[in-house]
Parts: sequence; structure tokens; C-alpha cells
Amino acid sequence: MGKLAAMVARRLALGLLTLFIVSVFISLGVEFLPGDLATAVMGQSATPETIAAMRKELGLDLPLHERYIEWLWKMMHGDMGVSLANQREISELIGTRLENTLFLAMIAAVVAVPLAVTLGILAALYRYSLYDRLVNITTLSSISFPEFFVAYILVLVFAVTLGWFPSISNVSPGLGFWEHAYRVSLPALTLTLVVIAHMMRMTRAAIINLLASPYIEMAALKGMTRSRIIIKHALPNALAPIINVIVINLAYLVVGVVIVEVVFVYPGLGQLLVDSVSTRDIPVVQASAMIFAGTYILLNLTADVLSIATNPRLMHPR
Amino acid sequence: MVSISMGSTLSAKPSPWACRLSVTAVHFFILVLFLQNMNADTWLAILGVIVVHLYSAVALYLWSNLDRTTAGDTVIVAVTLEFILIAVLFWDRFSDWPWSTFFGLFVMQSCAYLGVRFWRGLSKAPPTAWFGLVVILLYVLMAAAAPVIAPFGESEIVGFEYEPWGGEFLLGTDNLGRDMLTRLIYGGRNTIGIAFLTTCLAFFLGSFLGFVAATLGGWTDQGLGRLCDIMMAIPGLIFILMVLSVTGTSIPVLIVVIGVLDSTRVFRLSRAVAMNIVVMDYVEAARLRGESLWWVMWREVLPNSMAPLVAEFGLRFCFVFLTLSALSFLGLGIQPPLADWGSMVRENATLITFGDITPLLPAASIALLTVGVNFVVDWFLHLTSGLRE
Repeated sequence: MGKLAAMVARRLALGLLTLFIVSVFISLGVEFLPGDLATAVMGQSATPETIAAMRKELGLDLPLHERYIEWLWKMMHGDMGVSLANQREISELIGTRLENTLFLAMIAAVVAVPLAVTLGILAALYRYSLYDRLVNITTLSSISFPEFFVAYILVLVFAVTLGWFPSISNVSPGLGFWEHAYRVSLPALTLTLVVIAHMMRMTRAAIINLLASPYIEMAALKGMTRSRIIIKHALPNALAPIINVIVINLAYLVVGVVIVEVVFVYPGLGQLLVDSVSTRDIPVVQASAMIFAGTYILLNLTADVLSIATNPRLMHPR
Repeated sequence: MVSISMGSTLSAKPSPWACRLSVTAVHFFILVLFLQNMNADTWLAILGVIVVHLYSAVALYLWSNLDRTTAGDTVIVAVTLEFILIAVLFWDRFSDWPWSTFFGLFVMQSCAYLGVRFWRGLSKAPPTAWFGLVVILLYVLMAAAAPVIAPFGESEIVGFEYEPWGGEFLLGTDNLGRDMLTRLIYGGRNTIGIAFLTTCLAFFLGSFLGFVAATLGGWTDQGLGRLCDIMMAIPGLIFILMVLSVTGTSIPVLIVVIGVLDSTRVFRLSRAVAMNIVVMDYVEAARLRGESLWWVMWREVLPNSMAPLVAEFGLRFCFVFLTLSALSFLGLGIQPPLADWGSMVRENATLITFGDITPLLPAASIALLTVGVNFVVDWFLHLTSGLRE
């Protein structure tokens, strides 16, 4: 068990280091990139005095390490600064939006993960059949499609032609759970389609990889049915890669919401990030980028730790 | 050695008449093309004349080194003369755009050359790969000769907003009354061109650093590897958005940012591939001979890692292409009035709520190209892995 703990601890330490470096980059990136931010924000007509005042407000006149420590300190206490565009508190701006984004990602994950694993197991069970090939072609093409293409096709079919779901996900804080879920059904479906392909193919590949093992052959010779072999013998051993790919796709889900949110005008964090980038509202961009990057890194870290932890050789050392 | 057979029984090297004739024809055709444009833009025309000579020289060199048959020569000559014939028939269209005509001819000739050169592999390609190749060829041709093919100017307002399909405007007009078909053609040129440049940058940077890391090893390898890990830890789109918010969006920034970010994946692959090569005896021999780092990378490592890198180029191109379209869709990529497939979807998105599929056309064009490239890459991977086993 000591070896396992050591490996997990090392991985965690590495993850924290990455998080630290990323936060340094995000908070100080302004410094390393070309162009003067204050001038860019104020426009060409700004006088030197107003630019100097702007630099002071953005904290650009402080030395780098002071600026970073102050930023981090405030960030950890939930004070993310003030938006340049409308002078509102960023934490207040982000609060409900973050909830919305997580809600959307969660709905998509709840649909996508069981569906992908089931489809993957079925594809492994009936491999090389018509069903397998059909699923293969569908998932391959859904990987190559841009997200907004999938999204608009869904709008065309389900919102315009059939009229089942709203084409714009207009949500407000007071909405009940089911109403909220109904309104985000199309964006959630888009996200599901985008992430399902990768998960399904990995599940199928992980199971098929094991089918040549002696214990599978043994089970087949015992006279077990194919479905029983796959579910009782292959699946538990294929769990590590499957869990890994699921968590990685969850991480992708959190980031992939950006485009989907814009398509469906969903008031989430991604929408806010895109708007802030076009208005060059740097503090908001920094705060939301940090949230996205942090979530992404933490989920990837979880994937690593889980794949170490579910490794049978480490779990049952001789 | 079995010679390339294209239904022809002649296997001896044919006389070089076809090659000389064709190159001469092209030479004079392009010369006339640029010279008649002398008055409009003198310096560009002079540059064109220089390029013509270089092009002819390269064509002659490549062609005389090609393992040829009469059938192969006939194909190249036929394609060339056909193009010239079309250009002469529609001379008033083509003569306005000497560079586009030249690029179109260049694409046609290169395809004919490559087709003959790799015919043996191509003739065994599965239908999906052929589909992909045809799609890529059409896209490249369209991108190269965009002004010649497009019925109107790129950002020319030619009618009312959202006109229906048919009549003067084959695919209707967009939200500002610009011809949709024209925008589609130009959009393809802009997006494909920028994505291609970006992928090239990612490849030069990534494979160069990857080879250096693998060849030198030690601290260089460690340093570059950790840097790459850090860059890959931040989700791509978020990273790009971060940088764009500081620098503002412009085409050079897009190319550099996406290129550098994507070079991390190329770096990983090329390093892994090169790692297996640098331990080979022939690399050891080259090192003992006292060859420089550059020689080892260029003459020993690169030729032996070509196959996986070419396949990766296709995949990276798709990825860059999708990223670029996504950014343009968000309004942060290629800026108007330049046409771009991603932003075209966004601009005309309102039409979808009326059940009109026009805004889906650019999105479908993106999807078709990525699917085509993926098919070709699939086939290529299958081919190279089969050869290696």
C-alpha cells in the first residue's frame, strides 16, 4: 500500500505545481505578451495621465511578485476584483453563471457516461456486426464535426421542425430543476454527442483488448454466454482505462461548454468569458480562465490518480 | 523492379518530348498572363515573371527525375493543356487574376505529378480514401483559384439581405446582401490558408524541438518536456482566449498562438518517434563519424520518422481548422470583412430559426473537409503500419 500512496502523493504534488504555474501564467500573462493593456483598454485617444491612472487601477505599476501574491490572496478569499466593463464585482458576476455551467455539464455527463459505456459494451459484444459499424461511422463523423454544426442541426431538427425543445436556453435563477433541465436539453444533447464518441470507442477498445486473455478463453470454455463473459470477466478488468477516459471527457465537457453556450445564448461562464475577451475585460477573463483551467487540471489529476488506484498490480501487491 | 503501370504496356522510359512541351507551354502561358497585367501592377507582374522561371526550372527538374511511363506523361500533359484551354476560353475572367490562375495551375500540375508518382499506392486505396482525396483536391483547387471561380467580389454587396436561393444568387445572399456562394468560396480560401500556415508552424516548431530533445537528451529533453506538460495542462481554447484578450485578435496572432499551442502535441509525437530512431545503429554510426546535430536530425531521424509525422499533419490540420472555425464562430478569429466559414455560420444563424439551412452550408463545408482528411489519414496510417509489420 505504501507504494500506491507514494505514487498518488507524487502525482498530487505534480498537479499542485502545475496549478501554481498556470495561475502565475494567467495572472501575469499580461506582462509577457506584447502590447500595452492600459492603452488597449483606454483606446488611442487616452492621455498619458488617464493611462497612468488605469495602470494603477489594474495594478500594473506594482512589481511582479507582489502583484501575483495579492491576486492569489484575493482569489483565495473569493475576491476576484472588479470588472472593467461595468464596474461590478466579478464574484457576483460569476456566481450564478458558474452554477449554470456546472448544471449544464452535469446534465450532459449524467446522460453521456452511462450511454457511452452501454453502447461501448454492446459494440464490443456484437463487434464487427452491422450495429458496430454503424456506431463506428456515426461516432467518427461526430468527432470531425465542429460543435456548432452539431448544435445547429439539433436546433433545426428538434426546435424548428419538431418544436419539442426551445432553441434558446433562456434560464433565470428562480427556475425549478425540471424546468431548468428541459430548457438546457438541446445544449446538453449537443455536448453529449460531442463527448460520447471518444468514451464509447475507448470502452469498446479496452474490452476487446482483453478478449484474447487466457481467463476469457477459460470462461468461454466453461460454457458461459458471451454477454456474461464480457460483463463479469472483461469489464472489471477494463475499468481502469474506462474510468480514465470518462474523467478526461468530463474535463473536456467543462471546457467544451464555451461554444455550446454561445450557440444557445445560455447564461454560463463560457459565454461570459467570450464576451469579456471581445471587450478585453482582463480581470473577468483571468478569473474565469482560472476557474476553467483549475477544474480541467483537477479533473485530469483525478483521472491520473484513479488510473493508478484501479491498477490491479498496485492494488494487490505480491 | 516492377515499373508503374497505368494500363500501358510500355515500360521503357519515354522520350522527354511531353515533359519539355508541357513545361514550355506552361512557361509561355504564365508569362503572357503576367505580362498582360503589367500595367495594372508592375511590381507584382515582375515578381510573377521571376516566379514563372523558378517554377519552370523546378518542374523540369522534378519531372526528369520521375520514374515515368507514357501514360503518366500523358496524364500530366493532358491536365496541363486542359487547364490552359479552359483559361484561354474564359480569358477575360482568368486574365484579371494572374496569381490565382497560376496557383490553380500549380495545384493541378502538382496533383497530376503526385498522382503519377504514387500511382501504385493510390490504385489500391479504399473508396473512403478516394472520397477524401477528391474532397481535398476540390477544396484546394477552390481555395487556390477563388477569385476566378467566385461570381462576385469577396465583400461586395450585390443584393438585398437574405435573398432566397436561385436566380442570380445561386445560394442566396447573407445578412448584409453579399453573395453566399462567393463568401463560401473565399471563406474556404481564408480558413484553409490560415489553418495550413498554422499547422506548418506547429510542425516546424514541434518536430524540430522534438528531434532536438530526442537527439540531445538530458537537460534539454527534461526542460522541453516539462514546458510542454505545462502548456498541455491548460485547456487549449481557454489558453487561446486568454492570449487574445491581451493581444487583441489579428491573423498573425492567431497563427502564432494556435501554432505554438499545437506544436506541443507534435513535440510529444516527434520526440517519441525520434527516441526509437536515435538508438539505432546507423545513428550511432553517424555520430561516430562526427556528423553534426543538424545532420543527424535532417538526414537520419527525419526521413525515418516521416510516415507518422505525415499522418499527424493531417490530424493536426483538422484540429487547427476546427479551432480556427470555433474562434471565428465566437467572433474572435478572422475578422470581417474577410469571409470565414466559422463567422459565416454566426452571422446568418438567425435564418435557422426559420428552417432555412443556408447557415449550415459553411458548417457542413468544414465537416466535409475534416471527414475527408480523416479518411485519408486513416488509410495512410493503415498503409504505413501494414508496410512496417
